[in-house]
Amino acid sequence: MMDILFFTLISLLAIATFLALYRLIRGPSAADRMVALDAITNVTAGLLILIAFLSGRFIYVDVTLVFAILSFVGLIVVARYLEGGL
Amino acid sequence: MIALILYYIGIVLCFIGAVFFILGGIGLIRMPDVYNRMQASTKTTTLGLMSIVLGVGLMQPGWLLKAIIIIVFIALTAPVGASAMARAAYKSGVPLWEGTKIDQCEGEPCKRGVKKE
Repeated sequence: MMDILFFTLISLLAIATFLALYRLIRGPSAADRMVALDAITNVTAGLLILIAFLSGRFIYVDVTLVFAILSFVGLIVVARYLEGGL
Repeated sequence: MIALILYYIGIVLCFIGAVFFILGGIGLIRMPDVYNRMQASTKTTTLGLMSIVLGVGLMQPGWLLKAIIIIVFIALTAPVGASAMARAAYKSGVPLWEGTKIDQCEGEPCKRGVKKE
């Protein structure tokens, strides 16, 4: 029962990733790709913490926190580059 | 008993987060220009991530403190990131949708290509 539930949950996250991936590939401008990449990093962080729960390892929660910090820093760098300030 | 109730509440919160992720993805595809896509995707994915992290923290009560740390971090950084993205899109010259009624930055120093002096 629980396996089917978590399989459904991870499938929903995979569908969301593919919906954002469409915009990442077909975005007309670089800003569209940046927005899609931000959505994908958020979905990936949610997937990481679900994997942490399913495998039962506490260290993966730290991995999620570090991933969130690094994705934020990368987003700021890409935004500064696009507006011409870098 | 309490642990079982918290477990089911956590599963429901995880499903709410997944549904918000899907809504963000659909908005990312359906919206006409980059600013509408941004307002559809950033807020929904932020709420979805916070909901999933809180759900996992409720399902595994020993992890609740670090889950709350992650939630506070997301709540602090997601608006900053969205604002930086909107600024970057406007300054790099992405055109607005033709149905846009008002552009409050028009002619201001934040207009693209116009320097501050």
